[in-house]
Amino acid sequence: MNPYLKLAIVLVIYLALGWKIILTAIKNIFRGEIFDENFLMVVATIGALCVGEYEEAILVMLLYRVGEFLQDKAVDKSRKSISDLMDIRPDYANIEQNGEWIKTDPASVAVGTTIFVKPGERIPLDGVVLEGNSRVDTAALTGESLPVDVSEGTEVHSGTINLDGVLRIRTTATSEDSTASRILDLVENAAASRANSEKFITKFARYYTPIVCGLAVLLAVIPPLLFHGVWADWIHRALSFLVVSCPCALVISIPLGFFGGIGGASAKGILIKGGNYLEALSKADTIAFDKTGTLTKGVFKVIAVHPEGISEEELLELATLAESFSNHPIARSLADEYGKHVDKSRVRDAKETLGQGITSVVDGKVVSCGSHKYMHTLNLEHEDCHIPGSNVHVAVDGVYAGHIVISDEIKDEAGQALKELKELGVSRLALLTGDKEAMAKSVAEALPDLTEYHAELLPQDKVEITKSMMKELPAGRKMAFVGDGINDAPVLTVADVGIAMGGMGSAAAVEAADIVLMNDKPTDISLAVRIARKTMGIIKQNIVFSIGIKIVVLILAAFGISSMILASFADTGVCLLAILNSMRALRIK
Amino acid sequence: MRKSFKVNGIDCANCAAKLERGIAKIKGVESCAVVFATQKLVLEAPDDKFDDVLKEAVAVAKKLEPDWEIVL
Repeated sequence: MNPYLKLAIVLVIYLALGWKIILTAIKNIFRGEIFDENFLMVVATIGALCVGEYEEAILVMLLYRVGEFLQDKAVDKSRKSISDLMDIRPDYANIEQNGEWIKTDPASVAVGTTIFVKPGERIPLDGVVLEGNSRVDTAALTGESLPVDVSEGTEVHSGTINLDGVLRIRTTATSEDSTASRILDLVENAAASRANSEKFITKFARYYTPIVCGLAVLLAVIPPLLFHGVWADWIHRALSFLVVSCPCALVISIPLGFFGGIGGASAKGILIKGGNYLEALSKADTIAFDKTGTLTKGVFKVIAVHPEGISEEELLELATLAESFSNHPIARSLADEYGKHVDKSRVRDAKETLGQGITSVVDGKVVSCGSHKYMHTLNLEHEDCHIPGSNVHVAVDGVYAGHIVISDEIKDEAGQALKELKELGVSRLALLTGDKEAMAKSVAEALPDLTEYHAELLPQDKVEITKSMMKELPAGRKMAFVGDGINDAPVLTVADVGIAMGGMGSAAAVEAADIVLMNDKPTDISLAVRIARKTMGIIKQNIVFSIGIKIVVLILAAFGISSMILASFADTGVCLLAILNSMRALRIK
Repeated sequence: MRKSFKVNGIDCANCAAKLERGIAKIKGVESCAVVFATQKLVLEAPDDKFDDVLKEAVAVAKKLEPDWEIVL
């Protein structure tokens, strides 16, 4: 073929493929950006044309375009799957206007408005149920698939889905302050708190391109000038450098990986406030736990009834009735255990000594219930129980009738959570509690995977212990503290990672902690650690894989073994694979 | 005050980084992040200067790339 005709055909194809890239490159040069990837691609391909590598020039341009197209698709797809996962924003609220129910923007609904929610609709605003019985699916917020029963007086959260009945709800928060918006805000802002590895990549990307381009120039010029190399050969080798000079694989895939991990966690009811916390959690070597509400249910329950001279049922009945006018949590746990209707007409003359006990007349008998101290002040004989917990001593007509032990229950999943954490290689699992030594000891005995416990701590003691634990960490490892987010704010701030449990509906917990578990489930702690580890693993794979392949291609190109087409794969192909790999972070079980 | 805004037209991570650097240079910005994955700008500035800073950020975005638009 006539060489001029061939060149003409090549140029037509080249321009058809590359005119957009060339145009963008020219625009960017006028803005002073020499290391723009479009420009580098244009230089590389025009260079290839000049040294007579026509097919290569066209193929590289084609690969680049195809790569860009696929990349855009992949990025769009991953962004979409992340945002679908977090699709909890309610679209509308039903309010009453002029006797008719109309749909309106939740943002325009004032606090205290009555809204109604039909079956299948998303609850648009936080509120309290005025009327109606239904079940609510909270999975979008908590990852918990079991529906929750709601009826008059129950608090409901925006973002949850009403399943069965029509609910009439009085709103207690504006759209902005409602649970769904707060969660979305938190997760979206999370990407703004960057992890060290992400900051490293941003820095790396800024220097990588100029360095590779510099090397390309040296490679093109020095061998021919100093060592009688063939110009066309060395320029051709240098052009491969330009093709791999864009760090896009890293710059795109790393943030996506973090965001995937954070998004995937949020779908399971684990809110992580930033990539930096995800990174720190993956390195957790010490985890300290608060007791009440974290490892235990925080709900007091009768665990033993030890009567003297009367039956267990009688003792429980008398104590429940005697305490029936009190609203102390102990009175409530007695009534729960009693289980039957509490007939208050049988009770007279209830006298409560605050913090000590109550004396009432039940069925004509004088019944005194209270603490050890209360029994002392009444000069009544009694004995303390060997079971740790709060004792309610009971005396009937001045005669000791036994005691009831009330204690907090350990959460069902606490043992499993600790076991999993131990298996994940967390070497120190400590219990820090303000409670009495005996209580702490009994919890530690029930949970054998705890490595230590510290009892009778004031909030500032917890901070001190946390600080000293952080000093004892192996190099590069981190410490996490898990608490309820309300009493533990200071220590949540001090620890490398502060984890608050039961964040559903508690603004204080969301505020104070770095990671918020919407559920009360302790196993979510080990799940969070697993998600963090897996995400960081994926990110490390991407960093090593992307940089590694580029370096190998650079070396091969320098020795003239690689072609521009291989370089092109190292650029866009690696980028695509890294994006796809990042998306695995979304799906961690 | 810390607020987040949607940014339209950010189609590569480098662009996000570029916009972030540009906005970070504005006087009064306490912290700023442009997140490629969410297409969001998270801007922190003193309450009394926030509106001015935001206005300038919008201008910076336009100047760097006419396609970029901060949605208010």
